[in-house]
Amino acid sequence: MIKLLVYVAIVLLIITIAQLVRVFELAAELKGSKNNEVSYKDHRNQGRMMFGFLFLFMAFCLWQCLKYKDSILPEAASVHGKDLDWLMWFNMSLISIVFVIINILLFYFTYKYYSRPDSQAVYYPHNNKLELIWTIVPAAVLAVIIILGLKMWNTITEPASNDAIVIELYAKQFDWSARYAGKDNQLGHSNYKNIGGSNALGMDTLDPKGVDDIIVRNELHIPVGKQVEFKINSRDVIHSAFMPHFRIQMNAVPGMVTSMHMTPSITSEEMRKRPEVVDQMKRINDLRAKDGKEPYEFNYVLLCNKICGASHYNMQMNVVVDTPDQYEAWLAKQKPFLAKN
Amino acid sequence: MSHDNHGHSAHAHEHNHEHHHEESFLTKYVFSMDHKVIARQFLITAVIMALVGMVMSTLFRLQLAWPGQKFWLVEFLLGDKWGKDGILDPNMYLALVTIHGTIMVFFLLTGGLSGTFANLLIPYQVGARDMASGFLNMLSFWFFLASSVIMLLSLFVEGGPASAGWTIYPPLSALPQAIPGSGLGMTLWLLSMTIFVVSALLGGLNYIITVFNMRTKGMSMTRLPLTIWAFLITAILGVLSFPVLVSAVVLLLMDRTFGTSFYLSDIYIGGQALEQSGGSPILYQHLFWFLGHPEVYIVLLPALGIASEVIATNARKPIFGYRAMIGSMLAIGFLSFIVWGHHMFITGMNPFLGSVFVFTTLLIAIPSAVKAFNYITTLWKGNLKLTPAMLFAIGLVSTFVTGGVTGIILADSALDVPVHDTYFVVAHFHIVMGLSAVLGMFAGVYHWFPKLFLRQMNKKLGYLHFWTTFISAYGVFFPQHFLGLAGVPRRYYTNTDFPMFDHLVDINILVSIFAFIGAAAQFIFVFNFFYSIFRGPKSEQNPWHSNSLEWTTPMAHTHGNWPGALPVVKRWAYDYSKPGKQLDYVPQTVPLEEGEVDGGAH
Repeated sequence: MIKLLVYVAIVLLIITIAQLVRVFELAAELKGSKNNEVSYKDHRNQGRMMFGFLFLFMAFCLWQCLKYKDSILPEAASVHGKDLDWLMWFNMSLISIVFVIINILLFYFTYKYYSRPDSQAVYYPHNNKLELIWTIVPAAVLAVIIILGLKMWNTITEPASNDAIVIELYAKQFDWSARYAGKDNQLGHSNYKNIGGSNALGMDTLDPKGVDDIIVRNELHIPVGKQVEFKINSRDVIHSAFMPHFRIQMNAVPGMVTSMHMTPSITSEEMRKRPEVVDQMKRINDLRAKDGKEPYEFNYVLLCNKICGASHYNMQMNVVVDTPDQYEAWLAKQKPFLAKN
Repeated sequence: MSHDNHGHSAHAHEHNHEHHHEESFLTKYVFSMDHKVIARQFLITAVIMALVGMVMSTLFRLQLAWPGQKFWLVEFLLGDKWGKDGILDPNMYLALVTIHGTIMVFFLLTGGLSGTFANLLIPYQVGARDMASGFLNMLSFWFFLASSVIMLLSLFVEGGPASAGWTIYPPLSALPQAIPGSGLGMTLWLLSMTIFVVSALLGGLNYIITVFNMRTKGMSMTRLPLTIWAFLITAILGVLSFPVLVSAVVLLLMDRTFGTSFYLSDIYIGGQALEQSGGSPILYQHLFWFLGHPEVYIVLLPALGIASEVIATNARKPIFGYRAMIGSMLAIGFLSFIVWGHHMFITGMNPFLGSVFVFTTLLIAIPSAVKAFNYITTLWKGNLKLTPAMLFAIGLVSTFVTGGVTGIILADSALDVPVHDTYFVVAHFHIVMGLSAVLGMFAGVYHWFPKLFLRQMNKKLGYLHFWTTFISAYGVFFPQHFLGLAGVPRRYYTNTDFPMFDHLVDINILVSIFAFIGAAAQFIFVFNFFYSIFRGPKSEQNPWHSNSLEWTTPMAHTHGNWPGALPVVKRWAYDYSKPGKQLDYVPQTVPLEEGEVDGGAH
């Protein structure tokens, strides 16, 4: 019933507006003004507004940049992440310059050349020299961007070193498991057909390489300063292993093992002490206190970043970067999966 | 007896008459083969679809800004099942973003934009009486309508509509166990898109054939308005890439229904291991993006073509670098086929292959830069008539650049890693593709409304619509860059369920407020649009003092466009403010004076 009333009200509102506009139009007709023709006054007003918009827009962008400069690209916690951030800022600066210059020209010209009485446009159909300039200059800049970009790409995609710690990240709706390769640093064979009971990763119980494999569910521990290679797999739909602080991301595809590697450079404890992190945590906890929620302590995190179903938004795992000693101590406490079962 | 006969024949006559009358209404407005009517049918269907897509966006913007809060609107529109107590269901959230994307990309900006303006302008501007095949053109619209109806119907099935994202990556889209929307809703989505592709192909083939074969005397390819070049290249892209989407969709349908394993392998879901093995979900992504990337330009090029025409006409200047504009569109069109891999840098694809895609993708920046600079030079020393259409076209140039430059980050595989699938991407493609194409479409509607409906749209409402739309558009999408750079993933029902991004919630609130203003602004347009169809002031024949051929037709919808012989073209379409001419425009039908060089010639 309420729905019906709402619909009726909307229809009535539309009819009312239509009638009002009609009344205005008839009144204008009576006055004899051709009020719908675009006039000099319109060109002037709109030209000025476009110019005004330029300032408003640039001020808005600047305000946003200043406001969020501490939140964006939070301190990279991996070795390659620092170089990647440098490249990101380099590219960002280039594109910001282009963005600002072109928008200024566009809106300034709109203002400068809006139609005045007796103004005349200049017949200027083409100029090959200009076309050449704005083909070659972008091409040259892009050459730099491409070369720097591909160099970085080669660094982050080169094969992991042989002594990297091998960890499998295993995704399913809607959680992550991590399987450490153990003392032999080799993952045991697994197959989705073995999944069942407590064997959630489908481990092959007869494979000797898997005897020392350790599986953890809630927290991923890695040592600082040592390269870690993640082997990524999924058992149902595509997920994506995304660790924003370490600047790494790779899809988890069923039927296919993907990999990525990185070397963490800042332990969780060090990160928590950094002034910008302390400041950010304070802001978060102030907000949380208002809602009566418990305070939150900074943690690195592994997120799922490929739409995977209803709880996609909450598929995550904490990542702890330890000092080598802490890591060894933690690892020693974990029991291999097959020993537990 | 004679009386009876008489009665019978009178009855028959009446019946015939009625039948004839009915048929004439039907053939004129419903099953019409006239390109002008078909253009209107496309436009109105697209406007309605766009409103549905827009309302969906307001619903998920409510959830993103104020997660978990109760909204009467959510319960009102979605009912108890999906909006219990006014809280949006997470599955429905995913369904809404999926269908919002599908509607906006395909139904508004592909079907709606090309369908409306290619249909309206190709015969008019090349000087033809109609499309090459009026019948196929009519079929094109009816397939479009059928696919629209099926897409809307899918909103009402049990389990909800498709909800695997507008790119519907399997296995999520293949397995109903994975998400409820992958049941009947997904089947309808696939059916709808298959029919949509039939529509796009029939339309596209028609556009290509008409442009190549039905240009009037004197209309050489280098005298065509840039709109026609844009529609032509768009149609070629569509014809070459849409069939690949059908193949992707058919294989997915087979995986879903016949137990094949094109895309599926090694899957354990719902407590059992599936039989399928040997397929690859990545294959689907290759097929999808082989269409998907050209699709971006199928959406964008018509808008750029419209902008070229609207900007030149209202700047009272020839478009700067006509041939460079054609060349850059051809380059963009060609390159768009060899860049699809930039959507897949982190799928585990071979890094070297990724490098190739980085290279080809970044090349697109060059023709794009040429286009942007040419627009700006066209404005330089112009005599700018700032009509609502012109404002929208200038707005398009702004969004094209603002959104285009962030593409340079995303195309760079190394830099893509930290922002892939975050709000940075959402900001990028909404600005460069969504906003540019929508602003271009609005420019087209305001500019050619007199040719569509013989009347003018209300100018004051037009200005109001532009400013509210343009400001809120940047207000919605600019701040999303910062969310993305902070690492907030897209397609999250809420990013406050874990505390990491809590401090960024104010961006979401700002974005949502602008989104609501922008959505409300579209009702100004819808009102102005429908009101002006019936009540707008009658337009004169050539209200913008334009050169192209459509304005030489009388202000009436006559079948065949020109009452007498077809016009003969004597010059290019951009002789605005040519020195030595009395008026600041010279229609294409005016012969060259002795010794006068055609502007298009070098």
